[in-house]
Amino acid sequence: MRPFTVVTGKVAPLDRANVDTDAIIPKQYLKSIKRTGFGPFLFDDWRYLDPGDLDVDPATRRPNPDFVLNQPRYAGATILLARENFGCGSSREHAVWALSDYGFRAVIATSFADIFFNNSFKNGLLPIALGRDVMDRLFAQAQACEGYALTVDLPAQRVRAPDGAEYAFEIDAFRKDCLVKGLDEIGLTLKHADAIRAYEARRRETAPWLP
Amino acid sequence: MAGKTLYDKLWDAHVVTDLGGGSALIYVDRHLLHEVTSPQAFEGLRLAGRKPWRLAANLAVADHNVPTTDRSRGIADPISRAQIEALDANCAEFGITEFRMDDARQGIVHVIGPEQGATLPGMTVVCGDSHTSTHGAFGALAFGIGTSEVEHVLATQTLVQKKAKNMRVTVQGEVAPGITAKDIALAVIGRIGTAGGTGCAIEFAGEAIERLSMEGRMTVCNMAIEAGARAGLIAVDQTTLDYLRGRPFAPHGALWEKAVAAWRELRSDADASFDREVVIEARAIKPQVTWGTSPEMVVPVDARVPDPAAETDAVKRAGLQRALAYMGLAANTPIVDIAIDKVFIGSCTNSRIEDLRAAAAVVRGRRLAPNIKQALVVPGSGLIKRQAEAEGLHRIFLEAGFEWREPGCSMCLGMNADRLAPGERCASTSNRNFEGRQGAGGRTHLVSPAMAAAAAVAGHFVDVRDFQ
Repeated sequence: MRPFTVVTGKVAPLDRANVDTDAIIPKQYLKSIKRTGFGPFLFDDWRYLDPGDLDVDPATRRPNPDFVLNQPRYAGATILLARENFGCGSSREHAVWALSDYGFRAVIATSFADIFFNNSFKNGLLPIALGRDVMDRLFAQAQACEGYALTVDLPAQRVRAPDGAEYAFEIDAFRKDCLVKGLDEIGLTLKHADAIRAYEARRRETAPWLP
Repeated sequence: MAGKTLYDKLWDAHVVTDLGGGSALIYVDRHLLHEVTSPQAFEGLRLAGRKPWRLAANLAVADHNVPTTDRSRGIADPISRAQIEALDANCAEFGITEFRMDDARQGIVHVIGPEQGATLPGMTVVCGDSHTSTHGAFGALAFGIGTSEVEHVLATQTLVQKKAKNMRVTVQGEVAPGITAKDIALAVIGRIGTAGGTGCAIEFAGEAIERLSMEGRMTVCNMAIEAGARAGLIAVDQTTLDYLRGRPFAPHGALWEKAVAAWRELRSDADASFDREVVIEARAIKPQVTWGTSPEMVVPVDARVPDPAAETDAVKRAGLQRALAYMGLAANTPIVDIAIDKVFIGSCTNSRIEDLRAAAAVVRGRRLAPNIKQALVVPGSGLIKRQAEAEGLHRIFLEAGFEWREPGCSMCLGMNADRLAPGERCASTSNRNFEGRQGAGGRTHLVSPAMAAAAAVAGHFVDVRDFQ
């Protein structure tokens, strides 16, 4: 996994609550059996005016000029702003793959749905929850200043704004460590192989009906 | 010492080792797989040279992409076919039990797990699908995971998890006649919101829940994720045991008796404390219809579409306005004045035998309204389909003008050919009314099977309680 330490990047403001994973990556792209190549289909129904599919070249499609990511001032954004309950709905990790593949390294929102939040950490995408007042301020600034950028400092657990303001955020110590070092979680877990086997031996005694 | 909640008991029984900071390595008893969220996980195993840790824990079935029409000629869509063939090949390569498309036991993963007795009380059950919360109806700790976690479970039989908060939703008293588990679930979501259970495991309790069949309990727990909770839970009682006895994957003989003795403990202690409690009066619940693009945008059938002007929060007001525009609805429209184009009876929420019986009871001797372009009934499994046919339910649907299909996820998410065209409006027994969920531009109204059946006959929403 790609490590995450300090990232400075342009911000795209997606001013909506309850952005669900169906909206982040629609069903037809879930037929792919790969982990890559979802970026062009991120927010597909909002981003394009005509329908798309895995076998339709996105370059031939009509972009929706009103959608935030199609506005030239937000091109190359690596930090996404959103409102409450971002990533709700389906467990599809394709949503995280699409955001990462597009180029996003962090999503800053008022709150996140649990499964999306979890999936993000497995792919080096950092979800940061900040309070409603801070989000209102970041949205206002991102919309007002062209080229607005933020710095996300994961080791220090701070988001730094160009006006000098700093916003602290919470992160679980284990997840932070994995992200900063880019660790493979399966490899880490397999260090506990003896404990897993011991658990299974106990389970055979206490619940022998389990598979 | 204070008592434990059901969730606490399930959590404590599955901790392999404490990782500190509130995280633990949790053992997974049952892993269900389907074709959409597993191929990248199997590929990860191959690349790392890893093997499944415990083969017997896994059970796979293709459901999201399968055609619901005649399957004798295979799958027409080459991309869907490739994904299902990948599941077949991966299960064969790694030695995982799979119900293939031509198996009578094939069906929606959250229907077949319980149907086979592969879901048992006290288990941890995971699957790369958010509606895994369904299995919590059996007093199991069940939750959806992403593909990286699917790979993690395959490779280690465990997951790194943070303990959730305890929330209890008590549905007090009895529901009125004509009110179903789906109405209870939607009423709860309407009350607490789609993020109301975020970070929590929700235990559903109270007389109205205890009176539900296992089918109804599965419907309620299925929708826990639409309230933001990864897991829904219901205590084990005689209804649970009666459902499971004799199922193929359930224990038999002396082992069954031993298991039952342990399962009877799977309930929250009387003195257990919850981080959050919500109480709902069952009597007050009316048939529910969603009007917007989030399951929390729901009202009783005798109400009107809300007016965004009444909302004071700017972000929420913008959300309501966007939903009304997408749904093609005007504020203050009576729900019963909303005409529909299509009807979908199916999904992991409402495709079980009881759901089909409830819909058939409304449809019997009637016909689809002339404005209905298509009405699908998609049973949750091959065995449910067979049972419904033995009861003659298929004839009731076919005579009314419904299509009687093969089992799968179908129009709940439209990964196969069953979907809405742009602008089409559907009465659906599924679980999500998100923009584009049933097809780009499609408009979904979530309802119970009986309400969907009544809408199919009337051509618009009606109160099923008055529909005689």
